[in-house]
Amino acid sequence: MELLIFYPIAGLCVALALGVIFNTSPVGSAMCLIGMMLGLAGIFVLLQAHFIAILQIIIYAGAIMVLFMFVIMLLNLKQTASADWVARDKNRFISILTGVLAVGILYKIIDITFLAELNSSAELPDTFGTVATVGEALFTDFVLPFEVASLLLLAAMIGAVVLAKPKLD
Amino acid sequence: MWVDLAITLVKILFIIGVTVGFFAPILTWVERKQSAIMQDRIGANRADILGFTAIGLFHCIADALKMFTKEDFIPEGANKILHTLSPIIAVVPAILTFAVVPFGGQYTIFDNEVNLVISDLDVGLLFVFAIASLATYGYVIAGWSSNNNWSLLGSMRTASQMISYEVTMGLTIVGVLMVYGSMKLTTIGAIQEDFFKWGLFLQPLGFFMFLAASIAENKRIPFDNPEAESEIVAGYFTEYSGLKFGMFFMSEFIEMVTIGAIMTILFFGAWHIPFLTTTTLLGWFDFLGTTGSNILVMLIQVGVFFSKVVFFIWLQMTIRWTLPRFRYDQIMKLGWKILLPLSLVNILVTGIVILVLN
Repeated sequence: MELLIFYPIAGLCVALALGVIFNTSPVGSAMCLIGMMLGLAGIFVLLQAHFIAILQIIIYAGAIMVLFMFVIMLLNLKQTASADWVARDKNRFISILTGVLAVGILYKIIDITFLAELNSSAELPDTFGTVATVGEALFTDFVLPFEVASLLLLAAMIGAVVLAKPKLD
Repeated sequence: MWVDLAITLVKILFIIGVTVGFFAPILTWVERKQSAIMQDRIGANRADILGFTAIGLFHCIADALKMFTKEDFIPEGANKILHTLSPIIAVVPAILTFAVVPFGGQYTIFDNEVNLVISDLDVGLLFVFAIASLATYGYVIAGWSSNNNWSLLGSMRTASQMISYEVTMGLTIVGVLMVYGSMKLTTIGAIQEDFFKWGLFLQPLGFFMFLAASIAENKRIPFDNPEAESEIVAGYFTEYSGLKFGMFFMSEFIEMVTIGAIMTILFFGAWHIPFLTTTTLLGWFDFLGTTGSNILVMLIQVGVFFSKVVFFIWLQMTIRWTLPRFRYDQIMKLGWKILLPLSLVNILVTGIVILVLN
């Protein structure tokens, strides 16, 4: 039953991810990315992580992509013919490097998942993935990373204000 | 299992019937009639079937027929796929929000526990917020894909306005969450059985801020800059006609119902009558047997819930026909310089009060 839902969602995610890359219009790419993030939220729901799924929608699909969209429209980027695309030489090196690194990470992830034997069906507690459980973990075991992350976000916020301020005055 | 499935299906059909089938068409008429009364006019009264006008109610049917038969126009140079997709993206979130909104309590009918909510999510409150934020795309894409500068201006305004007011909305929700200690909308509703625990009394500031933010999210006057007729033709839906225009129209009305429902659940005692607990009500109708009294109480409480929703719809319409449109900079100032600090103060004060009381 779970696989019956998983494969269509996963397939859709992969298709939309390819759509992000192959789309020639920025808005089309952004729409595909939003769709893919919603699909990922669906996979989180399948993993009983409702809270993470909702956060995925609020933060990525809701907040970040709206800003992307806003910027794309502000610059009014139109569709460009793919013939105009020329890769610069130094970019070519970087793209090959990142490609190799990405494949390496993927290999590592697959390795870990095989080692973890995720197929063994362990019984989940009823409270798994609820807001209370996640919150408790966040504020007890992971309180230091949590605070560091919030500090980082605050720094980014102040940085944005400082950068924008001279232009406003 | 089959019984549960059937019950869920009935609930889904009920919600779709009430929102799309009843409220959306009726509200087009109510809006005209209320504005007419407020401006001392007669209002819609000409559509008739065999001479019967039914105080203009047939205008709903006439409107729907008109929408269906009008030409569906896609402007030259528009992105056909996105232009067609955006009304759907706009209308779906408005209906989808109802998936977690309880419209009644829990009842025992023929030995089945019936919980009057389609999906009782643990993260219900966040679900509402998440889905509401997705509606932005419908409006933004609509303006962009139309290949029209008025539309683009409209969608730029939509995006900036919705982003600004989502912040306030999210922070007000935090206040509600702190008071009730749960994100489950059914739990929040159940706690409000006690009249003095209504969100209105526990979060008075939150109530007004949530109302303002949600009207701004729905882009109705006084926050209707994205579609300001006197400035940018019709904003993001300038290039829409026929049923697609109708869908934007419909999404606005359904969102009014959604706002009313969420306000009722969070701040206005959900499905409860003040000072009357469900147990008292069940006691009154005890002579009907368990199933009979449960069904009767269910009908009463669903009725109470929707009366409150209707009250909030009336409130939104009255605001819409009373206030003039804000200027763009005023909207931004209200959102960022007044509502955002206020909502932060609200969280702080709520936290202190909870700390002191415990």
